[in-house]
Amino acid sequence: MNHRGLRRGVSNLMVGLVTGVVLVALLPLAFILVNLALQGAGSLSLDFFTRTPAPAGESGGGVVHAIVGTLIIVGAASAIGLPVGLAAGIYCAEYPASRLTWTTRFVADVLNGTPSIVVGVFAWAWIVATQRHFSALAGSAALAILMIPMVLRTTEEMIKLVPSSLREAALALGYPRWRTSLSIVVRTTLPGIVTGSLLAVARIAGETAPLLFTALGSQYLSFRPDQPMAALPLTVFTYATGPYEEWHRYAWASALVLILVVLVLSVGARLAIRRRFDFHG
Amino acid sequence: MSDLQPVASRTAPPLVRAPARTSASEVRMETVEVSAMYGKFTAVKEVSLRFAANRVHALIGPSGCGKSTFLRALNRMHELSEHGWITGRVLLDGQDIYGSRVNAMQLRRRVGMVFQRPTPFPTMSIYDNVAAGLRVHGRHRRAELDTVVEQSLQQAALWDEVKERLRASAMTLSGGQQQRLCIARTVAPSPDVVLLDEPTASLDPQSTQRIEELLFELKRDYTIVIVTHNMQQAARVSDTTSFFYMGTMVESGPTRQIFTTPADEQTEAYITGRFG
Repeated sequence: MNHRGLRRGVSNLMVGLVTGVVLVALLPLAFILVNLALQGAGSLSLDFFTRTPAPAGESGGGVVHAIVGTLIIVGAASAIGLPVGLAAGIYCAEYPASRLTWTTRFVADVLNGTPSIVVGVFAWAWIVATQRHFSALAGSAALAILMIPMVLRTTEEMIKLVPSSLREAALALGYPRWRTSLSIVVRTTLPGIVTGSLLAVARIAGETAPLLFTALGSQYLSFRPDQPMAALPLTVFTYATGPYEEWHRYAWASALVLILVVLVLSVGARLAIRRRFDFHG
Repeated sequence: MSDLQPVASRTAPPLVRAPARTSASEVRMETVEVSAMYGKFTAVKEVSLRFAANRVHALIGPSGCGKSTFLRALNRMHELSEHGWITGRVLLDGQDIYGSRVNAMQLRRRVGMVFQRPTPFPTMSIYDNVAAGLRVHGRHRRAELDTVVEQSLQQAALWDEVKERLRASAMTLSGGQQQRLCIARTVAPSPDVVLLDEPTASLDPQSTQRIEELLFELKRDYTIVIVTHNMQQAARVSDTTSFFYMGTMVESGPTRQIFTTPADEQTEAYITGRFG
């Protein structure tokens, strides 16, 4: 038996298997993207990005209200969720032995596993029900609650990857503890933290269930966070479940726009961070 | 006000470094029955040592003998370890560095430290790495930083290799260069004492030799305490040597004496390679 031939054969077999598995993992993603582009791109036009929906039964119109709504709702959710999640993540990484850290971590893990619709019900009970009307802010609050545990855990894990020798080097140079944390440790792992935060933003941008009974959705362009507001996932939901053929096409197009918005946000943020913190190796 | 205030206020940079600030026999640092603990475990037991100014002091001994822990007690790094605490006194120019009014951050500026593995700050340029210790203590004037950065890199024998690319990331340097960068960073704030914890353990023989040569230059300006695993290194670079074993300081004296006529048989057994 040719030993080398056997080994080469086994090697090729394994490489083939691994490549196959990678393709299987990529297939759904490719399928979704291609399908979205095929079904949705045809309905995209300048009107689609600049106009509000036409009245039911008429054709034409766009989803600018939902694009603006998604940007406002997700922006407000990030404004609440990112600072809280980042700060809590830094705390957990810096004080791993504290009782508060243990509790925070436990709560975050439970929250991470909570279905988003439950968080939506929670926001409805605490904000919508007490204020007696739906509002974009209630939606942002629900999304922020979903966001915090994600940001917290990725931030903590990223910071833990920084070798403790770097922390010690800063302290031995006379750095105070807080500056060691922020300008050495967090700064070193910033690209990772940004990536984690972007993933969290992207995740909540697509959430539909918590918005159904908080932001509710709207047919009009609105900038008032205390009023019901449209959002792309809600638009997809409404159009997809509606009775008209044209609505279904709009649902595909809205879904495509949602993905584009998320893509633009994350690529933009990543480029900005890379330009600002360009370092090698 | 801090006990260290008179020295801490000496922020004006020494534009030209004074040759030797003190006469050779003067004691710069002294430990009095220092014990270092991790929780209930005692890693260092009642070590009393004197470190004369402008000398290289080597701490040798087998792994786990407490020499690194002892070194970390000299700039209050030990207390940052989990459950780390110490008893006894560590005197720097006669002042107890564990005194209640001493600011540990100010102290670490006077007692710098270089670690086993090179630890350049990866997000900073070569220049910013060296300037980091000055900036964190509020010295931002550009002209002053330029001068100190060049001096420090020269002291660390790195200037000629990096002067054309001070803005490049510190991570572009080789391991040996990174370690010399860390030495430059440590001496930039003009400390009194430089602690080195096995500074050549992760380096190749050539880089090791460069750093050993560097110590001869550095001791003109600083008091140096070096922990080393390598007995030949201790014999080559140090003026005095202390042998640690199982948390106690067994023997201390002039390096030549320790290596030729040790008084203790454990010391002799160790330096002749019978254990450790």
